[in-house]
Amino acid sequence: MKLYIELAYLISSILFIVGIKMLNKTQTARKGNFVSAAGMFIAILATVVQVRAITLIDIFVGVLIGSIIGLYFAYKVKMTKIPEMVAIFNGFGGLASLAVALSDYWLHTQEGAMAGYGDLIVPISVILSIFIGGVTFTGSMIAFLKLNGSISGRAIVFKGQHLLNLALIIVSIILSVFVLINTQDPLYIILISVLSLVLGILLVIPIGGADMPVVISLLNSYSGMAACATGFVLSNNVLIISGALVGASGIVLTQIMCKAMNRSLMNVLLGGFGQTAGSAGTQEGGSDIVVKEVGVEEAAQIFDSVSSLIIVPGYGMAVAQAQHAVRELYELCEKKNIDVRFAIHPVAGRMPGHMNVLLAEANIPYDKLIEMELINDDFSNTDLVFIVGANDVVNPAAKTNPNSPIFGMPVLNVEKAQTVIVSKRGMAPGYAGIENELFGADNCLMLFGDAKQSITKLVNELKEL
Amino acid sequence: MTIEVFIPLLTVLALGTFLGFELISKVPPTLHTPLMSASNAISGITIVGAILACNELGYTTISKWLGIFALILATVNVVGGYAVSDRMLKMFKKK
Repeated sequence: MKLYIELAYLISSILFIVGIKMLNKTQTARKGNFVSAAGMFIAILATVVQVRAITLIDIFVGVLIGSIIGLYFAYKVKMTKIPEMVAIFNGFGGLASLAVALSDYWLHTQEGAMAGYGDLIVPISVILSIFIGGVTFTGSMIAFLKLNGSISGRAIVFKGQHLLNLALIIVSIILSVFVLINTQDPLYIILISVLSLVLGILLVIPIGGADMPVVISLLNSYSGMAACATGFVLSNNVLIISGALVGASGIVLTQIMCKAMNRSLMNVLLGGFGQTAGSAGTQEGGSDIVVKEVGVEEAAQIFDSVSSLIIVPGYGMAVAQAQHAVRELYELCEKKNIDVRFAIHPVAGRMPGHMNVLLAEANIPYDKLIEMELINDDFSNTDLVFIVGANDVVNPAAKTNPNSPIFGMPVLNVEKAQTVIVSKRGMAPGYAGIENELFGADNCLMLFGDAKQSITKLVNELKEL
Repeated sequence: MTIEVFIPLLTVLALGTFLGFELISKVPPTLHTPLMSASNAISGITIVGAILACNELGYTTISKWLGIFALILATVNVVGGYAVSDRMLKMFKKK
C-alpha cells in the first residue's frame, strides 16, 4: 500500500513539473494548468486513501467549504484585483503550513502518545514551518490591505524599525532553542507563532504600494518555503518538491522585478522608497515643468493623422478600469490602418504580468503586447505614443539625471517618438515622488482627466473623423 | 528522523530548487500573473499535510481542529488558485 501511495506522489510531482513547463508558452499554458491540477488531484486522492474511513466525512466537509470559498473568489474577482487575490491566497498558504506544523507539534507533545520527537530535525522543521508560515500570512494580509487601499499604500516608516525587526528575529531564534531543549512546553512554540505574525506585519509596512510586485513575488516564494518545511515535518517528498518549485518561482520573479527597477532586493525590503525625494504627492503646485495641454478633439485629430501608434499602459489604467476603453481605441485605430502595439514595462501594475492579464481580459491579442527590450528601439520611428496611467517607467530622468532616485532604472524610450500624448488625472508625481520631465518635453501633450472617460470621448471623436 | 531519511529529502529539496529556477526562468513575462496564481495553487500542496493532520485524533483535540483549519485554507488555495489561473489563461488570445 505504502508503495502505491509513494508512487502516486511521484506521479503528481512529475505532473507539477510538466505543468509548469507547459506554462512557458501561451499556447500550451492552459493545458499546463490542467496537468498541474491533475497532479494535485492525484496527491489528494493518494492521501485520502491512506487515512481511516471514519474521518472521510471531515475531510469531505473541509474540502467542500474550501472549494466553495476558493471558487467564489476565483470567479468573482475582477482582473484589476488579481494582485489582491494572489496576496490573500499566499497568506492562506502560509497560514495552512503554520497550522499543519502546529497540529503536528500538538500531536507529538501535548496529545496522542506525547512521546516528543526524539530528534532535532523534525522540531526544527516544525519551527521553520510555523515561522515562515506566520510571516507569510500577516505579510500577505498587509500587502493585501495596501493594494486594496484599506491602509495607505505609502511606506510606513518609524525610527528604529529595522532594529526592532532584528531584535524580533533574534528573540525568535532564542525561543527556538528553548523549544528544542524543552519540547514539551507549548509556551515557546506559541510565542514563536505570535512573533512570526508580528514580524510579518512589520516587514511589509515600510514597503510602498508600487513595490508590491516585489513583495508579492517574495511572499509567493515564502509560501513555497513554508510548504517545503512542512514536507520535512511529515517526511513527505511531494510537499518538498512542490514547495521547492514555488519557492524558486517566487525568487526568480523577485529578481526580475528588482532588475526592472534597478534596485537591490535589500533596498526594496528595507523600504521607505519614494519618501526621500520630498513629500510625495503634495507638491503639485510647486512644479516648474511647463506642460502643454491637449483637448479631446485635437487629440483625436492627431490619432487620425498617424500611421503608427504605441500604447503604454500603467497602473493608472487599472485604477481607472480603462482597459475596455483602450480596447475600443485599439480596434478603431486598427480599422483606420494604424499600426498599433502595446509596450509593457516589467513593473507596470502591481504584480508581474498584471498589464498583460488586463489587456487580455479586454480581448487585446497577446501578440500585440511587446516587452520593453523588444520594443524600445522602435519608439524613434513611431508617430505617436499614447501613455495611459504610467509615469515613472517612462521618465527619461532615469537615463539622464544621475541625481534622480530612479537613475539607472530601465525605462521605455517614449520621448523618442514624434508625438507623445499622456492621459493622466493631474500633475501628481508617480510613486518615486519625482517630477517627470517628459511632461514638459516639446513633443509631449497632456490629456488631463479620468483615463476611462477621456479615452471613451476620444474614441467617439475619432469615430466621427 | 534519521539521517538515512533526512538526506534523501534534502536531495529532493536541492534538485527541486534548481529545477524550479530552470523552469521558471523560461516563462515569458506575459504569463507571469497566471504563473503566480498557478504556483499559489501548487503551494496549496500543504493540503496533503492537512489531511494527515486532521486524521490522527478525535474531535476533542487541538491537533484535529488545527488540521481541519489548515485543510480549509489549503483547499481555498488549491481550488481558487487553479480556477483563477484557468480563467486568466482562457482570455489570452492570439490575433
